[in-house]
Amino acid sequence: MTMPIYASPEQFMRDRSDYARKGIARGRSVVAVIFSGGVLFVAENPSPTLHKVSEIYDRIGFAATGRYNEYENLRTAGIRLADVRGYSYDRGDVTGRWLANAYAQTLGSVFSEHSKPLEVELCVAEVGPPDGPTDGTADQLYRISYDGSMFDEPRFVVMGGVTEPVAAALEATFADGWDLPTAMRSCAAALGSAADGTKRVLSPAQLEVAVLDRRLLGRTFRRLDDVAVAGILATDTPDAADEATTDGGHPAESTESTGPAEPTEPAEPEFPDGDGAGDPAGGQE
Amino acid sequence: MSSDWPAQAIPAAYLTPGTGSFSEFLARAEPQLLPGHGRDLGPLPELRHGTTVVALTCADGVVLAGDRRATMGNVIAQRDIEKVFVTDSHSAIGIAGTAGMAIEMVRLFRLELEHYEKIEGAKLSLDGKANRLASMIRGNLGAALQGLAVLPLFVGYDLSISDPTRTGRIYSYDVTGGRYEEHDYYGVGSGSTFARSALKKRFVRGSDPASAVRFAVEALYDAADEDSATGGPDLTRRIFPVVVTIGRDGAVRWTDEAVGEVSEQVVAGRMTNPGG
Repeated sequence: MTMPIYASPEQFMRDRSDYARKGIARGRSVVAVIFSGGVLFVAENPSPTLHKVSEIYDRIGFAATGRYNEYENLRTAGIRLADVRGYSYDRGDVTGRWLANAYAQTLGSVFSEHSKPLEVELCVAEVGPPDGPTDGTADQLYRISYDGSMFDEPRFVVMGGVTEPVAAALEATFADGWDLPTAMRSCAAALGSAADGTKRVLSPAQLEVAVLDRRLLGRTFRRLDDVAVAGILATDTPDAADEATTDGGHPAESTESTGPAEPTEPAEPEFPDGDGAGDPAGGQE
Repeated sequence: MSSDWPAQAIPAAYLTPGTGSFSEFLARAEPQLLPGHGRDLGPLPELRHGTTVVALTCADGVVLAGDRRATMGNVIAQRDIEKVFVTDSHSAIGIAGTAGMAIEMVRLFRLELEHYEKIEGAKLSLDGKANRLASMIRGNLGAALQGLAVLPLFVGYDLSISDPTRTGRIYSYDVTGGRYEEHDYYGVGSGSTFARSALKKRFVRGSDPASAVRFAVEALYDAADEDSATGGPDLTRRIFPVVVTIGRDGAVRWTDEAVGEVSEQVVAGRMTNPGG
């Protein structure tokens, strides 16, 4: 008769964390950033049909990395939760914080109770009311980790793949209230950053891009197709980029422009790890 | 319970793979939320009924219009009820029958279309939408036999058809869930006989949307003229029919001002010629 091998609880949890982290790091990165018109999602995703970014409800969007079958199941569950809640109460009663909490509790209990943790990392984004502030203070970005820990990010979320170089690149270029073309070019450049300092240029076909457009009433989620993305990435002047967004079927970006395509803001000193405000001490709910 | 996979925050039924149908999901996971659930169909009090809705095709599209009156027996229960709703980007529904049931069914049907679109990442075809509606009406058959019938008129723009004379489509239903495609024009509700007769004389195939809206408002006027349960344009209170036009660019609900202008022309015409 064999005896079960003893493992301390710490070791047990660490093994699971390592397992989940490795699974998530194998994928490609997704970023979600707040810009002047709402929330922008950019994912490196060669498949045009297996989406990493999706609509959940009127003002709520979803992005995920990791194992496709696991996050697809969570995405479906989120849409069902939101639709049932909106149907039994009112559409205005569906909030991003509520949904993010449901995800966090589910991921947390799967992590501690089941033999295999879910190898996913999720982002739930919600845009504020259409007549609200445009500086992003009314928008919310929640990042939910494989173990159920939840972070409220004030500016951007980077998940999946090797996050450090992407987060560092975004940290360097992020500017409050930037417009859509500037934000998209910066996200695309950040997704091409690697740890060894090399840069890849991602083509529009390799990117999955969507926005939650704060100015719209009702359903705010819009996908941007390759043509629209190419139009925005190819333009250098903000004015021309505005026209490109209009041509791409997406409502024109508001008139403010934040200057050149490559802002030169230095990394902010309070986040030396380049991970934005994602440190658990500050951001955990 | 914590032993159920995966956890209490999201119940297991929500994480079980299934179809993109919201009403089927509700029936499985939250049956108490379905319209008509747990209703004791004893003797029923007098209920609000909606009345006349007309639809007609126009050049590259379709028009749907409904009057604003709801009745309870001989009493006008509401003067400004809405019976015509945009259901998604390219379809709309008009309802006649028991107002409470009908409005709940429209709410569920709109969500059905939106839910499918979000889960599957693609829109249902127009025939698919019409068939979903048919099965929802069939689900209401028991209540319909007790007098709580809901009879919708469903219209939409079929994006899969390239011939612009056939893109606007109209579907009518019976209480058993039978689905019938109508051509050119149709009407449902208590005043529909008169509205259809009016449309029969006025309808011109392939007319522009503005003329088609005029035909629809004329038909509703004729229905209100003959049927006490149908309301005509109310110029004193500024209550006008609800009008939706659907073209390739999507469904548009006309503003009260725009419908008011058409209604005033119709009423002015009747001042000199009451028969239209």
